[in-house]
Amino acid sequence: MGNPMLNAEPARAPVPPRIKGSLASRLWRHRKEYLAISPFYILFAIFGLFPIAFSMYLSFQKWDGIGRMSYNGVNNYRFMLTDPEFWRAVGNTLLIWIYSTIPMLFIALAVAFLLNSSFVRFRTFYRIGYFLPNVTSLVAVAIVFGTIFSNNYGLLNYVLNLLGLNSIEWLNKTWGIQLAVSVMVIWRWAGYNAIIYLAGLQSIPSVLYEAAKIDGASTIQSFFRITIPNLRPIILFTLITSTIGGMQIFTEPQVLAGNDGGVSGGGLTIVLYLYREAFIHNYFGYGAAVGWGMFVLIALFSIVNWLFVQGGQTRGQEVK
Amino acid sequence: MAMRTKSILLHIGLAIGLLISIFPFYWLLVMATRTTSDIYSFPPKLWFGTRLLDNIGRVFDNVDFFGAFWNTLFVASACTLLVLFFDSLAGFTFAKFDFPGKKLLFVLLLATMMAPSQLSLVPSFVIMAKFGWVGTFKALIIPGMANAFGIFWIRQYAQESVPSELLDAGRIDGCGFLRLYWNVALPILRPALSFLGAFTFIGAWNDYLWPLIILTDERKYTLQVALASLNGIYVTDYSMVIAGTLLAVIPLIILFLFISKQFISDIAAGAIKS
Repeated sequence: MGNPMLNAEPARAPVPPRIKGSLASRLWRHRKEYLAISPFYILFAIFGLFPIAFSMYLSFQKWDGIGRMSYNGVNNYRFMLTDPEFWRAVGNTLLIWIYSTIPMLFIALAVAFLLNSSFVRFRTFYRIGYFLPNVTSLVAVAIVFGTIFSNNYGLLNYVLNLLGLNSIEWLNKTWGIQLAVSVMVIWRWAGYNAIIYLAGLQSIPSVLYEAAKIDGASTIQSFFRITIPNLRPIILFTLITSTIGGMQIFTEPQVLAGNDGGVSGGGLTIVLYLYREAFIHNYFGYGAAVGWGMFVLIALFSIVNWLFVQGGQTRGQEVK
Repeated sequence: MAMRTKSILLHIGLAIGLLISIFPFYWLLVMATRTTSDIYSFPPKLWFGTRLLDNIGRVFDNVDFFGAFWNTLFVASACTLLVLFFDSLAGFTFAKFDFPGKKLLFVLLLATMMAPSQLSLVPSFVIMAKFGWVGTFKALIIPGMANAFGIFWIRQYAQESVPSELLDAGRIDGCGFLRLYWNVALPILRPALSFLGAFTFIGAWNDYLWPLIILTDERKYTLQVALASLNGIYVTDYSMVIAGTLLAVIPLIILFLFISKQFISDIAAGAIKS
């Protein structure tokens, strides 16, 4: 078992020997506490921290996963930055993220408003119904939506035909498959985010609305002056989780259209690209480099989101 | 009167949303009772057929469905039990005990939640290969058996609901650390544990990318991996694929319906807290 309780305490600045002895004995007295919390830190060191450091090393190597590794300099990164497929994957991921996140958050907000209204009966029933998509496996969801967006005889094409329009080969078109993936994301996550917004709405004190009403504020005014500012931290939370989730989309396009993201390649997301390069083509070093590329993208996007929401806040204050 | 119209409009809006949420489940159920040519027929068959048992029978004939089911149940249950044990032990310790470096260790724990998991897909696989865990359930269970979110969740709950006086009384009665955890804290922590358990179980049941990479032997496939490979192979017998999909989602839907009310409020509470 080693001595995790001692390892868990970081080294302190030099201290007089007498106190040092007492620190060690204090640590020893709490050995059970350290032991109780140690599994997480041990697991994180092995399966969290070490892989991150190792992936940095690996990203400068050329390796097929079986033979010998050889130093490859920055070639993996250079290849990544010049590979049109990589940029295609980045573009696809961003487009799918935009097509899905913006409508999803608006729908979620609208649903939360409706549910929060005082006349609603069966609120629990609605909440369960709206949340159900979120606990369903993505593989199953992708299979079902595959029959809706099917190239020839899907449900959606039938609706198009009813309207006198021609069938569309959804899964073969770049925008078609991106739309299909986005619809799945919206379907799965709108209810989840609505539940979160609803909790946020319910935590706004009703006194604020009553005061606004007395001051003669309209519903729209109190929406923009009370509801939105109070919901801002929660909107930021959902935006960040949606960004992190959106950058990692994999299952939907992979099950729907295979490892290349469909014949048009429109469903090739970054994670699907990483998966294909690393685990289908066995370019392990390159896969590690793509992981770092993704990390930079997610970090950039989180910062942009944060600035966006912050910017909205200061502008809102200026208006006041 | 205006109130009434408003209320009706509101319910229509909510009902349309609900219909969209539920329709894919209904469509899945309808397709599972139909033949493959029915699934792709114009106009589509929107009502139940009679082929459900026939389709399910072909699932059992062509794939080891029960094998995949048990694999999934085993992995998800093992993950859940281990997460519950390690997270509650650590969360309880953080909430109710003082020890040098506690603050720093807890901040460190929260910081690990930001560590990007997709970054380490390749190196994690390499580590599993070094351990000889590729193709085993160990690779699916062990790395995640203690997690920061769960420890955080239990700590918040324990701080509010485990009274220090009760722990002191336990100490006077001669309870050691483990007995205080097991006999005093665990029963009180039950509501927090049931949410964490359900959350972990659902996540493990539905996990796809990591099992897809790790599981190399068909006999070890979990339901999601088996389902995806079924989907890729049997293009011509799609009603069977659909029946398999139905069988794979039903257990979780039933579980969810039992726990849904509390689960949904906990999800919302968790988001508001963080």
